[in-house]
Amino acid sequence: MRLFMFTFFLVAVSTAMLMRLELFAPGAQFMDGDTFNQAFTLHGVIMIFLFIIPGIPAIFGNIVMPLMIGAKDVSFPRLNWFTFWLYIVGCIIALTSLFNFTGEGLDFNFADTGWTFYAPYSLNTGTNVITTLVAAFVLGMASILTGLNFLVTIHRLRAPGMDFFKMPLFVWGIYATAWIQLLATPVVGITLVLAILEKYFGIGIFDPAKGGDPVLFQHLFWIYSHPAVYLMILPAFGIMSEIIPVFSRREIFGYRTIALSSASIAGIGYIVWGHHLFTSGMSDIAKTIFSFLTFFVAIPTGIKFYDWIATMYKGKIILKSPMLWALGTIITFAIGGLTGVTIAMIGADIHLQDTYYSVAHFHYAILGGVVFLLFAGLHYWFPLVTGKMYNEGTAKIAFYLNFIGINLLWFPMFIAGYYGMPRRYFDYLPEFEIYHQISGVGAVVIFVGLTVMFLNLIAGWRNGEESGLNPWHATTLEWHCPTSPPPLENHSKVPYVDFKPYEYHHGEPVVKFDYETMKRID
Amino acid sequence: MGHEYVPEIATSRDGKEYEVQGWQGDFYGGKLGFWLFMLTEVMMFGAMFLTLTYYFTLHHADFINASASLNRYLGGFNTVVLLISALTMGLGLLKMRSGDVKGAKLMIWATILLAIVFLGVKAVEWTAEYNHGVFLGLDALQSGNAHSKAFGEILFFGMYFTMTGLHGFHIIIGIGLMIWLIKRINANKVTPGHHILHWNIALYWDLVHLIWVFVFPYFYMIGAGDVTGGVTHGH
Repeated sequence: MRLFMFTFFLVAVSTAMLMRLELFAPGAQFMDGDTFNQAFTLHGVIMIFLFIIPGIPAIFGNIVMPLMIGAKDVSFPRLNWFTFWLYIVGCIIALTSLFNFTGEGLDFNFADTGWTFYAPYSLNTGTNVITTLVAAFVLGMASILTGLNFLVTIHRLRAPGMDFFKMPLFVWGIYATAWIQLLATPVVGITLVLAILEKYFGIGIFDPAKGGDPVLFQHLFWIYSHPAVYLMILPAFGIMSEIIPVFSRREIFGYRTIALSSASIAGIGYIVWGHHLFTSGMSDIAKTIFSFLTFFVAIPTGIKFYDWIATMYKGKIILKSPMLWALGTIITFAIGGLTGVTIAMIGADIHLQDTYYSVAHFHYAILGGVVFLLFAGLHYWFPLVTGKMYNEGTAKIAFYLNFIGINLLWFPMFIAGYYGMPRRYFDYLPEFEIYHQISGVGAVVIFVGLTVMFLNLIAGWRNGEESGLNPWHATTLEWHCPTSPPPLENHSKVPYVDFKPYEYHHGEPVVKFDYETMKRID
Repeated sequence: MGHEYVPEIATSRDGKEYEVQGWQGDFYGGKLGFWLFMLTEVMMFGAMFLTLTYYFTLHHADFINASASLNRYLGGFNTVVLLISALTMGLGLLKMRSGDVKGAKLMIWATILLAIVFLGVKAVEWTAEYNHGVFLGLDALQSGNAHSKAFGEILFFGMYFTMTGLHGFHIIIGIGLMIWLIKRINANKVTPGHHILHWNIALYWDLVHLIWVFVFPYFYMIGAGDVTGGVTHGH
């Protein structure tokens, strides 16, 4: 699974690299405008639907979450298997939509609508939009069923004694995410079906020339896709909440507030979608309300950030690579999050909508938030899953390359966007050249950083040293396994949970188990 | 499933023993999962009803005119058929729980029969509409030609065929599920002591008829007054 995902990730990164290359100098070099449109659509569709949305839940949710709550498996293992194949089918459909089978020979004919498929353009373009929509629908189905599976698992299969406020915070993140997957995805699913029918039969639902309303498409699309942003970030925040206490050797500050802020982000996330439509022609009252509501998301997010920082205060901070990634994310996501607040204001958004400013905001939040934390989790749980350890020094170098790269790549875009560089253009005025060139250099740095990181992890997996059972001195249940990697049915015996997830005393974990009987021996 | 599964025991520090809930044979987990799945169906149809409501306010008169041309007798008959089928399905579940496997199977067959009747009536309706030139992809439902209907009517019929089509698709899936259920009962995999599958399929069938209970008035009944619907039009 993760193999597939990271393959797609690399494909999408490469497409982005190609776009950056094209944008290095003004004018068309080796890509015309149509190809560029298809390239950013390909990049968006793969990154969003094939990598980021399924990424953390499918990789860590499946492997780590049952271990964390002391379950032998998820509630419906066969359904889980089924969603895996749905995902593969979705990927195959998405890839076939790349190619045009109707014309003479084979040429690339991917959708050129952007990943949002806005009507009416998506209904009129001649590219393979229908296949792409079907792929997104199938992937959505996989996402719904995974969410359903996790919800039932978390409700039913927690170890005896573990109530909701004794769950590790990553499980809270997954739990909030699962509700979004369950309730929001069907809406976009049916919207995509309507768009397909519309394109095929010309009903006119979203086509103003036939009496329909294209803004309705945007509403229906963002009712899902804005919560989907939180669907991406919440499990990532969960990873952060695991890593910070472990590498500060301190109990997490404000456990309940972090847990409940995940839930409230999921809740508030449903009622803010309208801020994507400030320039689409909504009424002023609706705009004002959506803008007002949007600010509320910043509150639980801010609570989380303060809690994390308060956890580190007077902690015994150990700067291993997972912690580095987490700390880097605090910076990059803070930039991404705060610039989000500026474009939640209607006035500023009218100016910045569809510029590089929003592109930079989005990538700081998603690359600097979700993907960075995904990598943090990857380094954190690597010894758990493989039983081996990667080279710590190389891992740190990879982090610094990525961290420098992301800032070089995206920060100039804030400025370019502020001065009016529109997104999704394959050409630009000469005065923007300098920003694009700095970005281009940043892209190369990130690319190198990613390569180093993946090579390091692969090398660690193949012939790394034995990691031991609990290399990070972590406290949560997934580390209390008799072997590393864990045995086939997770815990040999299910423990009784009468402790909080992050109990440290003088920098050492409090709870200890006899791994034969899983009874506490501290 | 779950016949030889022995639940594990977790022991707390003071020696108390607690039964561990496994994923095997988790009746309530199975029920919860299916209820959640039903919730996704509600969201899906909910989005379509939202679209429908929105266009009803935009094209009020067109919707009422279009609705008036639907056959309310066939639609009403189908509503009754589906309501009875929900009854037989529920009775089947009651019989299964009280241990009357044979009676339960009979009731499931009755439900399948009623579902087929429903689809048959639906086919008659769609054929009649097709013969009147009203169907997805036909000229009347495309704009910009001599046969085109008004915008609102095109939208109405587009949504009508989409939603009743999707509903019919759910009926077909339901028939498949019920036939599968009967096979499982025959193979002794679904028994009065272990009938989660029966329970969930009954739940599914309830939702399918419930959706129709909303589809029917929204498409068939809004034009039930006279041809103009007896209202003053905003548009």
